[in-house]
Amino acid sequence: MIEIRGLVKAFGRKVVLRGVDLSIEPGEAVVLFGPNGAGKTTLMRIVATLSRPTAGTVRVGGIDLSYAPDAVRQQLGFVSHVPLLYENLTAEENLRFFGRLYGLSDLETRIDAMLRQAGLVARRHDLVRTFSRGMVQRLSIARALLADPSVLLLDEPDTGLDQHAAALLHRLIAQVAGAQGAEGSQVRRASVLLTTHNLERGWEWADRVAILAGGRIAFQARCADLTPTELREAYGRIVNERG
Amino acid sequence: MRSLRQVAAIVWKDIVAELRTKDIFSAMFVFALLAILIFEFAFDLRVDNVREVAPGVLWVAISFAGVLGLSRSFSLEKDKGSIEGLLLAPLDRSVIYFGKMLGNLSFMLATEALVVPLFIVLFNLPLYLPGLLLVVLLGTLGFAAVGTLFAAMTANTRAREVLLPILLFPVLVPVLISAVKLTGGFLDNIPLQENINWLRILIVFDVVFLAIAYMTFDYVVEE
Amino acid sequence: MRSKWHWLIALDIVAGLAMLGAVYMALIFAPDAANLASENEIKAQHIFYFHMGCNVGAAIGLFTNFIASILFLVTRQRLWDGIAVSAAELGLAFGIGVLASGSIWARPTWNTWWTWDPRLTSAAVTVLIYVAYLMLRGAVEDPGRRARFAAVYGIFGFVSVPITFLSIRLWRTIHPVVFGAANPDARGGFALGPNIRLALMYSMAAFALLAITLLIHRVRLERRREEVEQLQERLTP
Repeated sequence: MIEIRGLVKAFGRKVVLRGVDLSIEPGEAVVLFGPNGAGKTTLMRIVATLSRPTAGTVRVGGIDLSYAPDAVRQQLGFVSHVPLLYENLTAEENLRFFGRLYGLSDLETRIDAMLRQAGLVARRHDLVRTFSRGMVQRLSIARALLADPSVLLLDEPDTGLDQHAAALLHRLIAQVAGAQGAEGSQVRRASVLLTTHNLERGWEWADRVAILAGGRIAFQARCADLTPTELREAYGRIVNERG
Repeated sequence: MRSLRQVAAIVWKDIVAELRTKDIFSAMFVFALLAILIFEFAFDLRVDNVREVAPGVLWVAISFAGVLGLSRSFSLEKDKGSIEGLLLAPLDRSVIYFGKMLGNLSFMLATEALVVPLFIVLFNLPLYLPGLLLVVLLGTLGFAAVGTLFAAMTANTRAREVLLPILLFPVLVPVLISAVKLTGGFLDNIPLQENINWLRILIVFDVVFLAIAYMTFDYVVEE
Repeated sequence: MRSKWHWLIALDIVAGLAMLGAVYMALIFAPDAANLASENEIKAQHIFYFHMGCNVGAAIGLFTNFIASILFLVTRQRLWDGIAVSAAELGLAFGIGVLASGSIWARPTWNTWWTWDPRLTSAAVTVLIYVAYLMLRGAVEDPGRRARFAAVYGIFGFVSVPITFLSIRLWRTIHPVVFGAANPDARGGFALGPNIRLALMYSMAAFALLAITLLIHRVRLERRREEVEQLQERLTP
């Protein structure tokens, strides 16, 4: 559950976000599009509590970020295009480390489950340094999902991924948002917010699209109500208007 | 307690990662050794009794090697963006501080474990010196306490490698003075009671600056 | 705005006159110190008033920086950051004045321009800390981060000064101990007769006034600079 109201972010005098309003329900996946420099990463970082809002409120699971960022962090999973993993540790050691930071119980079981879901069981004892880009992204997602987050944020997770890796990514996201059950386990009802440059892929993966331009959400629609072509047209129009 | 476990996790992670490459440790060790050798040569040419300058040489070597280790330890985190992985986690920021500080302390102590014996041999000093261990521990603690925080700041700046020693050394002067005085005292077999004030200064410094670092680390890592 | 101008100009004039008075007091009014050896030493001793005045200026600067740093971290108002940097610059300038005047005094008195006497050393270290402070500020581009880092370093720097100063108590010093117990190893010390005391107090007060006036001007300058920056941002497309 993510609620963003009137979010403003300025870096010194430069105003990047000028009042963003966006809500994401549990079990819903929203894809955010926008030209480079529109502020997508800035927005993601604020919701991930890595950056503070200049004005406006952001609530995650009902908790206001500005007042209790720590409480929010426990429920957050963030996948960035920077891996946030330790190269000189093995896949398993990375997961174990983060698991300890999150204070997770039955950590070993979770690690096994995550490695299986990410398809990395065979490489669990290998250093992350030796992983391909696709494997690194899968491990990143495994790390983000380890603590069973109720909010999942993915900032351009598909950059540099091949089809296979991208498909795996999609499957994981769908499981997390609750569209499909995962290996017979409980269906998680997390809120998912992701950004990508690939319009078709984003439309395919998400329930709703939003376009960030001129520092605001310039367009929102449910994927069911929109074809990819219409989406592309809308995107082109908005980007030309607002820049 | 959860915070303690988190600190332990961070220290464990730093040590395991370092054991794999030994990048930081080897750089520090080689640098300290070189510094000691060069000073030994340089002073031997001019000073009659090199033992007189031995305490100073030791602490200069530790200081420069320490700064090298500190800046590398944070550069690695910063370049890979992995400090953000820590910031994302439900951690008190001070947990990050103590974790990194204890990690840096371990690296420095490990380096000193090799460098100090070599130092004793090169300068022809008595072998059994328990007091020396105490001074090295307290001095290194002060170094790590302040150095970890400053390294976190300079990791974000231009000219980070030059800036860290400039920021660090003036503030560390009391530690250096006290450590050198105490080291000299132990080497010359002076009873501790005579030099007790230096020990007090060292302890006061460590306590005060650990406390200040704990209170201000939040402001350094927030965005 | 108009009324602010008036009192600032008045302050400028008062400070200027006070400093002129201080020069008179130091050079003309104050009697030569008794029990000093050579002619040169006697003449050089008059710089004592300037030296102590600079000490006062430096202390005001550094203490103000400390308080402003704490207040910035607590309130996050840019004003305190402006005051902090102004105070640091001021403290540094006066600190260099302390070292320079001390050095000029030292030459005829101790026959050396510099000595690694603990008090001088800690003054030099303090100057280095605030040079480092300004270098840190120069190295951080983002203004918010720059202010935060500088504030943290300012706190560390200021707290380290008394601890560094404590190291003096343990060392014998050749620095004249003008106030406090006589130190048998001190050379160049002199008794404080009533006239000297008067000149000294006056001098320190004049320097304090000068320091505060300069600080106010520097803070105003800092705010103007920020305003210009803001305007520039708005004008660039």
